[in-house]
Amino acid sequence: MMGGRRPGAQLALFLLLAPAILWLGALIVLPHVELAVLSLRARVAPRVYEWSLAQYATFIEEPLYWHTFVRTAAMSIIATVSTLLIAFPIAWHIAKVARGRGKSALFVLCLIPFWVSETVRTLGWMILLRESGVVPRLFMDLGITAAPVELLYHDATILVGLVYTSMLFMVVPLVSALESLDDSLIEAAYDLGGSGRSILRDIVIPHAAPGIAAGSIVVFMLTLGNYLTPTLLGGKNSLWFTEQIYTQFITRFNWEQGAAFGFLLLILSTAIVWLGLRVTGQQFGDVMRRT
Amino acid sequence: MEQDLEVDRVSKRYGAHNAVDALSLGVSRGSFFSILGPSGCGKTTLLRMIAGFLAPDEGDIRIGGRSMRDVPPNRRPVHMVFQHLALFPMMTVGDNVGYGLSRRGVSRAETAARVEAMLKRVGLSGAQGKRIDQLSGGQKQRVAIARSLVLEPTLLLLDEPLGALDLKLREHMKIELKQLQADFGTTFVYITHDQSEALVLSDHVAVMNAGRFEQVGTPQELYYEPAAPFVAGFVGANNRVAGKAVGVDADAVEVETAGGLRVRARASGRVALGDAVEAFVRPEVVDIARDANELPRSAQRFSGHVTSLLFDGANSAVLVTEDTTRAEIRIALPQTGRLADLRVAETVAFGFDPHRAICFGRR
Repeated sequence: MMGGRRPGAQLALFLLLAPAILWLGALIVLPHVELAVLSLRARVAPRVYEWSLAQYATFIEEPLYWHTFVRTAAMSIIATVSTLLIAFPIAWHIAKVARGRGKSALFVLCLIPFWVSETVRTLGWMILLRESGVVPRLFMDLGITAAPVELLYHDATILVGLVYTSMLFMVVPLVSALESLDDSLIEAAYDLGGSGRSILRDIVIPHAAPGIAAGSIVVFMLTLGNYLTPTLLGGKNSLWFTEQIYTQFITRFNWEQGAAFGFLLLILSTAIVWLGLRVTGQQFGDVMRRT
Repeated sequence: MEQDLEVDRVSKRYGAHNAVDALSLGVSRGSFFSILGPSGCGKTTLLRMIAGFLAPDEGDIRIGGRSMRDVPPNRRPVHMVFQHLALFPMMTVGDNVGYGLSRRGVSRAETAARVEAMLKRVGLSGAQGKRIDQLSGGQKQRVAIARSLVLEPTLLLLDEPLGALDLKLREHMKIELKQLQADFGTTFVYITHDQSEALVLSDHVAVMNAGRFEQVGTPQELYYEPAAPFVAGFVGANNRVAGKAVGVDADAVEVETAGGLRVRARASGRVALGDAVEAFVRPEVVDIARDANELPRSAQRFSGHVTSLLFDGANSAVLVTEDTTRAEIRIALPQTGRLADLRVAETVAFGFDPHRAICFGRR
């Protein structure tokens, strides 16, 4: 049985893997090859193209583009860190404090916002935060502000929206990482003289590190590639890199430039995830097993 | 003798259930004290109260003469070896042992020196850099004990640390644990449901049942002089004979079972004629022979036939059914190998000295 596999088994394996291979090939690899080719050519005459780095040169020469690029990366990192800081206590509560029904109820509460579409959720934020919305009205009624203030179209608003959208994707891997932490380890550390803070640093965080990294990678990627939330909550000032890509493809019909931007975003997210794993000393394989 | 641990009328209730019921206890310095009881008897609750993870509803716990009321676990001079050891898998052996020292602010160089000395004492010299998953079960146990003892606690609590090991290693670790305790001279409080662990290891054993101590004494006292039917039934193997006292004299009580078997046993406490009683006869107390004349003269004599052979080397026994009442009794086989050729269905005579059996009035 251990030796040469029968041809039937090989065929079965191939058939089982076929959907995944087709999906990877047709929807991910092929379009990316096409995009790569597209981003590296320039139109010299109608229907005449030649290899060129002009698109990438434009990105560097035009400050707006790379400003947006850096800004998107920075905001995404801030959003990821904020999500982690907010989600950690929630995940801790779900994994270690809540029991039985309370536990499932908390999980459902995290899940419920995802029953409606992202658009509707974001519009909900707009209803709350716009100048004539619920929150500015409340501020006025409470006498905090004299006139209604516009709470939309700030960077902070974008961050609020991004954190809200990402929360579940951070909570789930954190809960599973924290649930696998044996309570007696915490008790043992406490028994040996550890304080709350040192136990968190020496025991809990090292144990949950793969879960933290997994959640952070997912949230970072989702945030970096998010289009709707920054556009709706940030308005014209949002300056999100996905908007630039959209503009190139849809508004300007400059597919070559859009493809170059798309590739730059891919490189950016790969680089930051790699750097993050490097800095925290995590293995990509370990982390992915936690998701 | 100075007391390292005094538990003074401590109670802990969960709803209407008394997990620990007005329990008092003293453990003298340097001794090995075990709390033996079936699961659910409250022994873990008691241990967790001593460690400080639970607060007693009533009563006080004093360690080294100091009241532990409102002292959190990380400030008590008590450390605990957990049931599954709870070694930190994210740290090396050296960091595990040094954890408590560095929490106390001991300098890095001194921590390293003390960790090294401690690992040497438990026979793990040079294991500082190893990962926890590279250790064997016995080595893990030694690291867990070293991690606590390096802090020089007044009291070391052990919560069934041998429970997860296989039989062979458990036997080995029992001896090792006893030697470690003798070496260090630290007071050990050991919790177990395994009576052989408690008897082998301890200077004193408390037998616990339903939140109370049934008896506290040396292993020999528990075995030979059980103070309660629960102790007689729980510690060591025993034949239980329940019935009515049909004859009481200065020497012994005669017990008659519902099936009509009559046995004589010495009374523990007051037993009056007609009382419901339970007698206990240890398997090794009963003499067995093929011919009734081989039995000692003082023994009550019965005849029966063998229903099962329970061969277990030196602990071999047979189950014998008494001929007139069909009562079944477990009898240890003589270690000389005299009856090693006994067969099922063979007729045998058996009997025992009433002074070596014990009878309790039913409470």
